[in-house]
Amino acid sequence: MSSYYFSIVGTRDNPLYEVEFSSFKTATTSSSTGSSVPGISQFPTNIKEILPFVTNSSLDLIEDFQWTTSSFNLGKIDSFYGLLVYGFITQGNIKFILCFEGSNNNNNGSSAQKYNENSIKQFFVDVNDLYVKCLLNPFYAVNDAITSPDFDLKVKLLAKKYL
Amino acid sequence: MSNEDIILPSASSLSTLSISDISRTGFGYNPSVGPASNSITPETSNILLNRKTITLTPTSANSIYDKNINSKKINEISLSSLSFLFCEIVNWSHKNSKGIQDLETRLNGLGYQIGQRFLELNKLREGFKTSKREIRIIEVLQFIHGTFWKSIFGKVANELEKSQDVTNEYMIIDNVPLISKFISIPKDYGNLNCAAFMAGIIEGALDSASFHADVTAHSVPLDGFPLRTVFLIKFDESLMIRESLRFS
Repeated sequence: MSSYYFSIVGTRDNPLYEVEFSSFKTATTSSSTGSSVPGISQFPTNIKEILPFVTNSSLDLIEDFQWTTSSFNLGKIDSFYGLLVYGFITQGNIKFILCFEGSNNNNNGSSAQKYNENSIKQFFVDVNDLYVKCLLNPFYAVNDAITSPDFDLKVKLLAKKYL
Repeated sequence: MSNEDIILPSASSLSTLSISDISRTGFGYNPSVGPASNSITPETSNILLNRKTITLTPTSANSIYDKNINSKKINEISLSSLSFLFCEIVNWSHKNSKGIQDLETRLNGLGYQIGQRFLELNKLREGFKTSKREIRIIEVLQFIHGTFWKSIFGKVANELEKSQDVTNEYMIIDNVPLISKFISIPKDYGNLNCAAFMAGIIEGALDSASFHADVTAHSVPLDGFPLRTVFLIKFDESLMIRESLRFS
């Protein structure tokens, strides 16, 4: 099962929210890693520690790319030794970045990837919805970290739904 | 710290979480700990899979996250309640301010936060399929003059003009600004314009869309429109450079 690292980055390149998880879908089949609990991220330690760096290094690419397209979803923006980086940017310059390891099996490759990109897009769109709801809270200011457990729960539910 | 002293996370901007604050439920991101703070555990995984309803915060059962903010239905509030509220805002700001300039700055600051929020909300309501991100100066101005203005004030602004002498100045003109409809400025208050609040909204929206600008409100009355207000938008020089590099 593939693991994901999702982060929301503010306008001053500061992280607002981070979460690590793995796909809930393939979890029902017992995997060779021995863990039967779905959702727990399976990143090895050496990858886990570079994830924030990979995310941060993709910010330059996003900042260059954001002025060339007027779409919110930026699609795949970077790949780093097999780690794929997908991005989404809101009108208010808040970046949503998703890192995960690209799958190696290439059977029915393109259609599976298409499906994958669509579900990532849907995930981003729904997280955007949650983010705006969070922003409407008068106790929340732009660029504050999002610490609400309710937000966390909702993002994880979306992760379960789409990824 | 006892377990009962748990920090209410919805009020995070009032207090910051430290490295020793551990969420009891397993949900909630702690910025001082990082992704380890909300990593999925067997318990939380179980909750997510079985869609158990749990109470995380006092408002969990009916939080903003459960509400639909994307509705097409326009919720209108009465003009009088808005006017009374704004009257109180001006009054309160005036009491705290040191002068006319300070009062305008305060009103601008209050509007700024509204602009930041409304921009995102507006883009969300346009719908993901139909809306696009504004990346050019003229397009973002048209958006603010049109859609944005309409959703806040119920009508589009009257004019959008470009300054003839200065390249980085634009003007949005409203003949009857909604909030200053019932405000008359005493003579000894000089050129105070309470639409500074609206200027703040524009500035907040432009700034967060990374079109850094200074926005000021000026009264320019015409025959029949004594309240006519010009919002002067002065963009940062660096923006003009960006624009010419990207789109020429």
